[in-house]
Amino acid sequence: MPTVSMKVNGVDVSGDVEARTLLVQFLRETLDMTGTHVGCDTSQCGACCVLMNGDSVKSCSVLAVQAEGAEITTIEGLANGDELHPMQDAFRQNHGLQCGFCTPGMVISAIDLVSKNPKPTEKEVREWLEGNLCRCTGYHNIVKAIQAGAQAMGG
Amino acid sequence: MTDTGIGAAVRRKEDHRFLTGRGTYTDDINRPGQTYAHILRSPHAHARIKSIDVSAAAKASGVVAVFTGADMAADGVGGLPCGWQIHSKDGSPMAEPAHPPLVTDKVCHVGDQVAVIIAESRTQAKDAAEKINVDYEELPAVIDMTAAIKDGSPLTHDDVAANICYDWHLGEKEPVDEGFAKAKHVAKIDIVNNRLIANAIEPRVAIGDYDPSSGEYTLYTTSQNPHVIRLLMGAFVLQIPEHKLRVVAPDVGGGFGSKIYHYAEEAILTWAAGKVKRPIKWTAERSESFISDCHGRDHVTHAELALDGDGKFLALRVSTLANMGAYLSTFAPCIPTYLHGTLLAGVYTTPAIYVEVKAVFTNTVPVDAYRGAGRPEASYLLERLVDRAAREMGLDPADIRRKNFIPADAFPYQTPVALQYDSGDYTATFDAAIKIADVDGFAARKAAAGKAGKLRGLGYSTYVEACGIAPSAVAGALGARAGLYESAEVRVHPTGSVTVFAGSHSHGQGHETTFAQLVSDSLGIPFENVDVVHGDTGKVQFGMGTYGSRSLAVGGEAIMKALGKVIDKATKIAAHVLETSEADIEFKDGQFTVAGTDKSMAFGDVALTAYVPHNFPHETLEPGLDESAFYDPANFTFPAGCHICEVEVDPETGVVEVIDFTAVDDVGRVINPMIVEGQVQGGVAQGIGQALLEECVYDESGQLVTGSYMDYTMPRASNLPNITVANETTLCAHNSLGVKGCGEVGAIGSPPAVINAVVDALSDFGVTDIAMPATPEKVWRAIQSAQAAG
Repeated sequence: MPTVSMKVNGVDVSGDVEARTLLVQFLRETLDMTGTHVGCDTSQCGACCVLMNGDSVKSCSVLAVQAEGAEITTIEGLANGDELHPMQDAFRQNHGLQCGFCTPGMVISAIDLVSKNPKPTEKEVREWLEGNLCRCTGYHNIVKAIQAGAQAMGG
Repeated sequence: MTDTGIGAAVRRKEDHRFLTGRGTYTDDINRPGQTYAHILRSPHAHARIKSIDVSAAAKASGVVAVFTGADMAADGVGGLPCGWQIHSKDGSPMAEPAHPPLVTDKVCHVGDQVAVIIAESRTQAKDAAEKINVDYEELPAVIDMTAAIKDGSPLTHDDVAANICYDWHLGEKEPVDEGFAKAKHVAKIDIVNNRLIANAIEPRVAIGDYDPSSGEYTLYTTSQNPHVIRLLMGAFVLQIPEHKLRVVAPDVGGGFGSKIYHYAEEAILTWAAGKVKRPIKWTAERSESFISDCHGRDHVTHAELALDGDGKFLALRVSTLANMGAYLSTFAPCIPTYLHGTLLAGVYTTPAIYVEVKAVFTNTVPVDAYRGAGRPEASYLLERLVDRAAREMGLDPADIRRKNFIPADAFPYQTPVALQYDSGDYTATFDAAIKIADVDGFAARKAAAGKAGKLRGLGYSTYVEACGIAPSAVAGALGARAGLYESAEVRVHPTGSVTVFAGSHSHGQGHETTFAQLVSDSLGIPFENVDVVHGDTGKVQFGMGTYGSRSLAVGGEAIMKALGKVIDKATKIAAHVLETSEADIEFKDGQFTVAGTDKSMAFGDVALTAYVPHNFPHETLEPGLDESAFYDPANFTFPAGCHICEVEVDPETGVVEVIDFTAVDDVGRVINPMIVEGQVQGGVAQGIGQALLEECVYDESGQLVTGSYMDYTMPRASNLPNITVANETTLCAHNSLGVKGCGEVGAIGSPPAVINAVVDALSDFGVTDIAMPATPEKVWRAIQSAQAAG
């Protein structure tokens, strides 16, 4: 079994994995970091999004061994102690989540968007979310939250 | 109003854990020594199992056990029960075919459960499944409902003639015939309410656990109603008494109806955990969800409306075929009957209504409630028919509705189809929606769109629905095999903080926040001092769960009733301490005061005294402050409203864009407007999805064509508009809060508004009908054939 090492939320981690182990399985099952979710098996829903070297990736579509040496940020790594990341807080203030299952992927994806486009328009947010499904909110408040989060992040 | 009390847009308690990855969904739970299950499912829609050879799988690497239906049957495991019994016109009970958790001799749909493989890892279980050899004898499958009821059709179940589960009716035929006899105009419509898949983003998960030392079973499951699962599975399937069976439904990632039902996997995992004496986890893959989660809708309807010369409705006649799928799911039989037939008066004074429903078995996944459940089917056929009548008679679709509304002063209003609406003001919601949607400016917007080569249309929907799915007496008379009330416990701790144990289950609705608002408001204590516990039969006394928009109207009322008992008891304690009579105590803003004096006690001091009862007269005053209540309402609640949709159609491509959507709903008193708005927006998104995007498609052999997110069109952010939500309120007349329910209004009101708007946009071409979902292809073809017809 190959050994894989990476930095997750600033902490060096490693583990023995089957070659076919997905990054999301490594996070959830080997590291017991269950904040990242799996909602589908065709890389459509985006619940499993994490930042890999600063870009959002669907961790169900990346093998753990492909993340060797990478810097991974998951939903668990965003808040500063009890203080929410501005994007997390914007989701809370704007009721951008209901059941919470798609939320980790939405927040990670939103942070990636803002890093590339600090002041996204509503249309740009909606198009960016092509790869993230939510069944609860109708996206209305997610879009509002992301625009508010972008502003709070200094965009 | 305080900033955390009733009516305040309080930010949600549950959000911090969800936003930081600290939620606990079922798949996040792992038990010591846990094994993993894989369910081998049927690849055929209909086949006899001649033999199953599991010997190679049982010897495969990491495999702990393999079980088939024969093993469960040998152990006396029962079939999955149906919670509702409908009787046919002739008085005979519905056909109720056996529904084994693992099949024994025959598979009845693609995805039917054939065997379970339990292994040390998920992948080992899945790999071993490939070593099971099932010898199938394929049988002819029946997929289409219309074909299923014809003579000579293959039978889904050998003992169910013509695949008919029941042939039900409601209303009186004679007055309806009289109405049609004197009609000046009859509008007719044939419509299909498309089959949908709920697709909560969290797939279903179950963990079975067994403790040999105590003989206790625990099931962790993605359920909307853990106590109902405990009852159904314990009493009917596995014969485990309640005190030896705990069901936990922790954070659940959306349900929309699909997580109400008692599913086979729950029984398989719980039973198998007892066999292997180790915990077992099963997590559905999404493609597995598509072929094992109950589907929704799937009605084929013919309806006729009789009108007088002024457009007044005289009579309505409806005939529906409703797909049950291969087996009866928990609530399935009541959806097309008591949640559909009874709603056909809508918001109108139609004096005579007759509805017939044939429920049909097919070799497809079972069909049950999906957000709205029966009521979207009713509102869709009615609102499409009303628009068609208006168009055919040259009447304005707004005017024809106004003319037929039940007037605000006519409540309580008895409909001809069993329901008595308690309150409402349909003109008020209609007027508000027309104003917000700027209907007056539509003509100018249509003209401008026309100049840009686009077809603009506006559609109305005015709907009413029945919520709460209670009272027990009514539900029982209608065929429910369970009581439908709710239960709550309010436990006041010695320092005055409160834990509420709620029978309702939150899977996105924000109960932890809304219920805490009720407590904070009633007891005058800080919102932060209240926590809500739900979803665990080991903690919560009882519950009927969350569906039918019942959590606040039934569950919230149970909390209010328990709070009333807490205040009564606290008043007694305060009267004792303040040396006065109970009648002289006034309770306001968290203070118990002797009327007309400055002698008072804070709620927290009363709570402390309750637990430190040094001088209580114990013969008349018990220590402690912890009260529970069961609430069974007097009637359903009746949310209603008006949705207005404005679309633009590109005639070159057939693409429909929803430009604006306005929902004005009367959901009764609003406890948290932020949460209500979110609920309506989510429901509307699912309704727009049904109208424009979503459709579950089977091919003739019973293979699911739309079996993944790549094939089934889920609404994405770019498909949807901003959704404007407003409320016009009349209070529910029979509960203390005046609340009605808001979870389903969006999905019930929106589909006809969208389709009426599309038909309106295409009406210049002479198009009068478009089927859901109105995909670009369908719209483009409708335009082409209308143009060809000239």
